[in-house]
Amino acid sequence: MALLSVRFALPRREFRLELALELDGVVALVGPSGAGKSSVLSVIAGIVRPPHGRVALDDEVWLDSERGINLAPDRRRVGLVFQEYALFPHMTVRQNVAYGGRDRVDELLARFELAGLAAARPAALSGGERQRVALARALAREPGVLLLDEPLASLDSRTKASVRDELAALLPELGLPTLIVTHDYEDAVALAGRVGVLVAGELRQLGRAEELLTRPADAFVASFTGANVLAGRAARRSGGLTEVVLESGELIRSTDALDGEVDVVIHPWDITLSGVEPAAEPGLRPNQVRAEIAAMTRVGGRVLVAIGPLRVELTGAAAAELALAPGVVAVASFDPALTRLIARA
Amino acid sequence: MRRLLMAVAFFAASAIALAFLALPLLALLTHRSPGTLVSELNNPVVGDALLVSLKTSVIAQALIVLFGTPTAYLLATRRFPGRTLAITLVELPIVLPPAVAGIGLIVAFGRLGLLGGVFSALGIDVSFDQAAVVLAVMFVAGPLYVRFAVAAFGAVDPELVMASRTLGAGPLRTFFRVVVPLAGGGLAAGAALALARGLGEFGATIMFAGSLQGVTQTLPLAIYAEFDNNLDVALSIAALFVIITGAILLSLKLTSVWHSSRSDSRYRAASFASS
Repeated sequence: MALLSVRFALPRREFRLELALELDGVVALVGPSGAGKSSVLSVIAGIVRPPHGRVALDDEVWLDSERGINLAPDRRRVGLVFQEYALFPHMTVRQNVAYGGRDRVDELLARFELAGLAAARPAALSGGERQRVALARALAREPGVLLLDEPLASLDSRTKASVRDELAALLPELGLPTLIVTHDYEDAVALAGRVGVLVAGELRQLGRAEELLTRPADAFVASFTGANVLAGRAARRSGGLTEVVLESGELIRSTDALDGEVDVVIHPWDITLSGVEPAAEPGLRPNQVRAEIAAMTRVGGRVLVAIGPLRVELTGAAAAELALAPGVVAVASFDPALTRLIARA
Repeated sequence: MRRLLMAVAFFAASAIALAFLALPLLALLTHRSPGTLVSELNNPVVGDALLVSLKTSVIAQALIVLFGTPTAYLLATRRFPGRTLAITLVELPIVLPPAVAGIGLIVAFGRLGLLGGVFSALGIDVSFDQAAVVLAVMFVAGPLYVRFAVAAFGAVDPELVMASRTLGAGPLRTFFRVVVPLAGGGLAAGAALALARGLGEFGATIMFAGSLQGVTQTLPLAIYAEFDNNLDVALSIAALFVIITGAILLSLKLTSVWHSSRSDSRYRAASFASS
C-alpha cells in the first residue's frame, strides 16, 4: 500500500495545529469539535495552505513549503468525502459519479447499489444514499488517498449503525491510505485500525484501540475512550501496590507503581456493583467505593449507572437482579490490576 | 368586526394600488383600436427604431455578459481591499438619474471629453453614433446584471466548488460545470432585467447619442419624437413596449418557477432570495 506522509504546522485562532503522520491503512483522527481535525483534511487536499509543511504520497510531493511546492487540489490524487457530502444538486447520481471520472461509473454505481438511482437527483436521496454517491464519486477520481470528514455525523442513528458496518467492511478492501475525522470515539474504533486523539491542535496519542484503552497517554485520552478519570494522590507501598487517596476521600489501590499527583483510570465495564460489600475472596482484595446511585440510563441492553464519582456499565439483567435504583446505596468494586495510574503534568 | 374591517381595508388598498398601475397600461392598449395600433407599426419610424433598438441591445447585452460575468464572479468570491468601493461603483449607475449618466458619458467619451483626444487620434467618434447608444445602454443596464450576478455567485456553496476541485476539475471546468449552472437562475434574471432596462433607456441615450432616425433613434426616443408629430405612432410603439417587456418579465417568472420545481436547489433559490 502507498504511504502518505503528512507534516505541517498551521496557526489557528486559539492554538497552533501541528501534526506529523505516516498514513498507511485506515486511521481515524478523533477529538472534540474545534480541535483542528477538519483542517488536517483541508491541508492534505490542498484547500488550506500551511506556512510550513510537507505532504507526499510515496515520492509524489504535493506540498513542500521549503521547496515552494504547492499543488492545486485538482492535481492531488485525493478522494475527499465532505461531511455534508457536497453532491452537485443540478446533476443526477450518474453525472455526479462521472464528474470524478468516467471510466468506472457503471462498476461504481453497481458496487454501491446506486444503479437504480442513477437518474435521481441528490435532493431525492436519503442520507445513506447520498453518502454512497459521495464515496462512489470520490473513488471514480481514482484517488491515491481517501479522506472522510465526519462520515457518520450527518446520518440519523438508525441509518448510522448500518452505514458504519458497511464502511468498516469497505475501507480495508479499498487498499488506500485512509484518514477519517470524527468526534465520536466509538465510530473511530469501529472504522479504523489505528486511532489518533487530537486535542487543541496536538496529537496526544496515536495507536491501536486496545493501546488507547489499556495505556492511555493522558487523562484526556482516557476520558475520551469512555473511562472514569479520578484525581488523587498516590504513594507506593510494599508488596508492589500503590495506594491512592482520591479527592473524594476514598482509598483505593493499583498495581501501577507511581507517586504524587495522579489520574486514576478505570473503565466502566471493569467495575461490578453489589448491594452489600462482597465477601472477601482469596487473592487481591478489590477496590471498593460505597455510594448512593445518582442516576441510571438504559442504552439498548445495557445500563449506565452513575454512582459517587464513578460511571459503571452493566447488563440490564444484572441491574434488575441487584434491584438497583436511583437513591439506593451500593458498592462499586474494581480490580487493582485493572486500575491504571497516569502521572499528572 | 375589527378583523372584517381590517380585511376590507387591506383588500380595498390593494385593489386601488393595482388598478392605479394597470390603468395607464390598459389605456395605452385601448386608446386607439387594435387595428390602428397594428397598422401604425408599419410606419417607417417604428421599423427603423425597432431595428436600432434590437441591434444596439444585442451588442450591449453581449458585452455586458462578457465583461460583467467575470467581474461579478471576482466581486462575489474574492475578498480584497477596495471591494466595497468596487461594489458601490457598480451600484451607483443603477440609482443615478440617466441625465447624469448622459452628461458623464459626454465628458468622458465625447469629442471634447476625457478620452475624446485618444478616440479622435484613432479616428473614432462615438458620440451621435450607434456606438454611443451601445455605451449608454451598457452604462445604465450593465450594473443591474452585475449586481444580480454577484448575488447569484455569492449564493453558490463554496464547498461545492471545493468538491469539484478535489475531484480533479480545474478552475475553468469548475466554473462552467458547477458555478454557472448553480448561479444560472440569478444570472438569467439579471440578464433579463438588464435587457428590459436597456431597451427602455432614454435619458442617457438622447443626451449622448441624439435621436437620429435609423441611426440612434431607439424605440423610447421614437415615442418621444412622435408624441409631437403623430400620437398614433407613439401609442403604437408604447403598446409594443408594454407587450415586449411584459413578456420578458413573465418568462422570467415562469423559468424561475420551472427551475425551483426541477431541483431542491436551495442554492438556486437562495440566489433569488439574497439579491
